[in-house]
Amino acid sequence: MDMRKDSSFENALIEVISQGLPLVSHPYAAIAEQLDCDEIQVIEGINRIMMRGDMKRFGVVVRHRKLGYRANGMVVWDIPDARVTEIGHCIGQYSFVTLCYQRPRRLPEWPYNLFSMIHGQDRDAVIEQVDFIVRQCGLHDINHEILFSNRCFKQRGASYARKHDLNLPERVLNE
Amino acid sequence: MREYSKLEQRLLNEFQQGMPLTATPYADIAKQLGVYETTVLETLKRLQTEGVVSRVGAVFRPNRIGASTLAAMAVPAAELEDVAAIVNGFDEVNHNYEREHHFNLWFVVVASDEDHLEQVLAEIEDRCGYPVLDLPLLNEHFIDLGFDLKWT
Repeated sequence: MDMRKDSSFENALIEVISQGLPLVSHPYAAIAEQLDCDEIQVIEGINRIMMRGDMKRFGVVVRHRKLGYRANGMVVWDIPDARVTEIGHCIGQYSFVTLCYQRPRRLPEWPYNLFSMIHGQDRDAVIEQVDFIVRQCGLHDINHEILFSNRCFKQRGASYARKHDLNLPERVLNE
Repeated sequence: MREYSKLEQRLLNEFQQGMPLTATPYADIAKQLGVYETTVLETLKRLQTEGVVSRVGAVFRPNRIGASTLAAMAVPAAELEDVAAIVNGFDEVNHNYEREHHFNLWFVVVASDEDHLEQVLAEIEDRCGYPVLDLPLLNEHFIDLGFDLKWT
């Protein structure tokens, strides 16, 4: 079977590289062994997945909380629809903003359409970053709220694929 | 939090993206840092054991594969733990956080397709007894270059 053009091969590869590369000298060869294919097929497969633009990044995934970034604020903004792209790009450009997503309003109970995630060493640091954004992007007239995270009830991998298709363990994704 | 060596700091900050697609990516990283490959591997293993590094791997965009959404619920404080436990019971839920707001329970639901997602949200509403705000991603305004860690 030619594994290179098989989409179930790519799905299996997505599972494995989301879960993490083995910390060995030849990690792609190790993955190839696991998936019963050649090292070059793994490398070309990952490259193909990257070219499609589905992947945000590929490298060391750090847990902010463990490094002293204990405060996490989800800042939600009520931005006029005509300006959401422009303002979204302004907010999303700063390195302390780890996510900046447009989502639908759900009126009347939920008026906010832009969500940005800010990590800081403490609450004051997050509030300071938000003030900085308000000044830099000119958002004085834009309603916003900071929703600080409190207890974490669950944080684990999403499995995009149906488990019976793959028979691979779950892994952490997209934190 | 302990002190991190210069090598650890660079591994944590400079390699959040651009993992080399070569036969020996850790050797390539070692070359850039001017150390041995074994040093890079041992350091990453140690950081992973400590929990600072979750993994060396890929992070995908939401909604590109399968169907997902961010969901929120307003739950009376006294019931929050019980309701959170019900939500946690769903395999399709990965992150589930308390946030300080009237909408105090926030969770991410990932399903194989839109129909499955809708069905899970309906089931969560039904079992928890509170309406769910369904807030799917519409647009991403942001270039993810990893998180710039400040060493102070």
